[in-house]
Amino acid sequence: MTATLLSFYLFSTVILLSSLMVISSKNPVHSVLFLILTFFNTAGLFVILHAEFLAMILIIVYVGAVAVLFLFVVMMLDFNFSKSKENVLHYMPFGLFIGAVFICELIIVLINTKLDLANIQILTNPFSNFSEMTNTQALGSVLYTDYILYFQLSGVILLVAMIGSIVLTLRDRPGVRRQVISNQLERDASSTELKDVESGKGVDI
Amino acid sequence: MNAVSLISDNIYSILVILMWSMVVFVPILIGVILAVYGDRKIWAAVQKRKGPNVVGPFGLLQVPADGLKYIFKEIIIPDGADKILFILAPILTFALAIAAWSVIPIQAGAALSNINVGILYIFAISSLGVYGILIAGWSSNSKYPFFGALRSAAQMVSYEVSMGFVIVTVLMCVGSLNLTDIVMAQKNIWFFIPLFPMFVVFFISALAETNRPPFDLPEAESELVAGYQTEYSAIPFVLFFFGEYANILLMCSLTTILFLGGWLPPFDIAPFNMIPGFIWFLLKLIFVFYMFAMVKAFVPRYRYDQLMRLGWKVLLPVSLIAVVLTSSILFFFNLAPDLI
Repeated sequence: MTATLLSFYLFSTVILLSSLMVISSKNPVHSVLFLILTFFNTAGLFVILHAEFLAMILIIVYVGAVAVLFLFVVMMLDFNFSKSKENVLHYMPFGLFIGAVFICELIIVLINTKLDLANIQILTNPFSNFSEMTNTQALGSVLYTDYILYFQLSGVILLVAMIGSIVLTLRDRPGVRRQVISNQLERDASSTELKDVESGKGVDI
Repeated sequence: MNAVSLISDNIYSILVILMWSMVVFVPILIGVILAVYGDRKIWAAVQKRKGPNVVGPFGLLQVPADGLKYIFKEIIIPDGADKILFILAPILTFALAIAAWSVIPIQAGAALSNINVGILYIFAISSLGVYGILIAGWSSNSKYPFFGALRSAAQMVSYEVSMGFVIVTVLMCVGSLNLTDIVMAQKNIWFFIPLFPMFVVFFISALAETNRPPFDLPEAESELVAGYQTEYSAIPFVLFFFGEYANILLMCSLTTILFLGGWLPPFDIAPFNMIPGFIWFLLKLIFVFYMFAMVKAFVPRYRYDQLMRLGWKVLLPVSLIAVVLTSSILFFFNLAPDLI
């Protein structure tokens, strides 16, 4: 119990500090790295909750794929640090506005939600035989039955987003000679042509 | 309760944890030394050379000697480097390479921690490995390391996708994410026989994931000096080198567990099943490592666009089709495993 408590405080302290550093560090690459640290420690919190499947998926998807691409892009930006300082005041009102909206929403949610302590069992233990299941099984048994429509719909949305971004960036540039592997493999000795080249004259190809 | 009493109360369990960490660490250290030696010897044999044969018996002490040389060298940090990240990158690579080993079962019940999501844990840790390289390349503040890091990030993310699908096909035949369960599900037949195409895809992805030739573009010496490790010297370089080989051994043991039946003997009859399980595990691991070393010896390096084409246009569709095909076969012939 004490070890759990200690690790909870460790993870949440690191999460709070590193998410503060995400918005306050000067270098954007450092910001992304602190964001990754936040994700990683959130996964730690999931492990404490015995949600090890979610923890691992969080690391694989967010840290292992999304944040890598994020870091990839931020590293390639030629970022002017001195200029970004001037812009802080420029963006300040907008940022404050968004922050205020978020805080208002959180407060509204907190006021209107009453935690039903009598039925808390259904929140902490949604399955009757949960203790016999691993949480991978438990997730699968609701995700692919009761929530299959939402699951498939979110998949379709992601697919549409993916196809959309491909359509936006795909362009057919003329004059680019791409390697076509099948053409290369089909070619044999009979398709080659031998030409005698006279000295100093060259040939047309 | 204050922190001091908390630590003093748990001092025994902390010591036990430290001891078990050493139980994992020391064999990996020895394994890596032998792997580097074996790699060089196999490479040399293919090219009709002798390889290391001077230091110690059969040249066995060549690798420890090289390691010692690096340890006594000076650590050079470039002037324009981001110093903290520059030092952090090799430590990260090294630590992650060791951390993944804690769930590998080398015999029935002989894993440091037998967690339910073992395969996901390994997949998560190995997908973190790219950060060591990315941070190293960026913090060096130099052209070649940066190119190496960018190539490496794109390459590892690409091949991770098809690797994930291969793992999904295996998991569908097992019905559990636990590594011990995965091995026990192969009691009747090792998975590399029914899932042979997936075995090949996994092997190629493992080569790309560990930056081994023919996919060693992040450190292609003919183009990028030494890629992301160009600016590294002394101990940080040793950490990178060590982490790289520990990752290769990890991928070899993962191939063993997923496809070659882990610690199970090939036939469950008298002379075979008398040999203890970890010997079989080591033999299979050495076999897979031998294949890794042979590929390095005689396949030329890929060009970058060819590498991306192989990952996205060949391996990804193949593994996606395999997922659909395997699940259909399991469903229609009622072969799907009972959930363990």
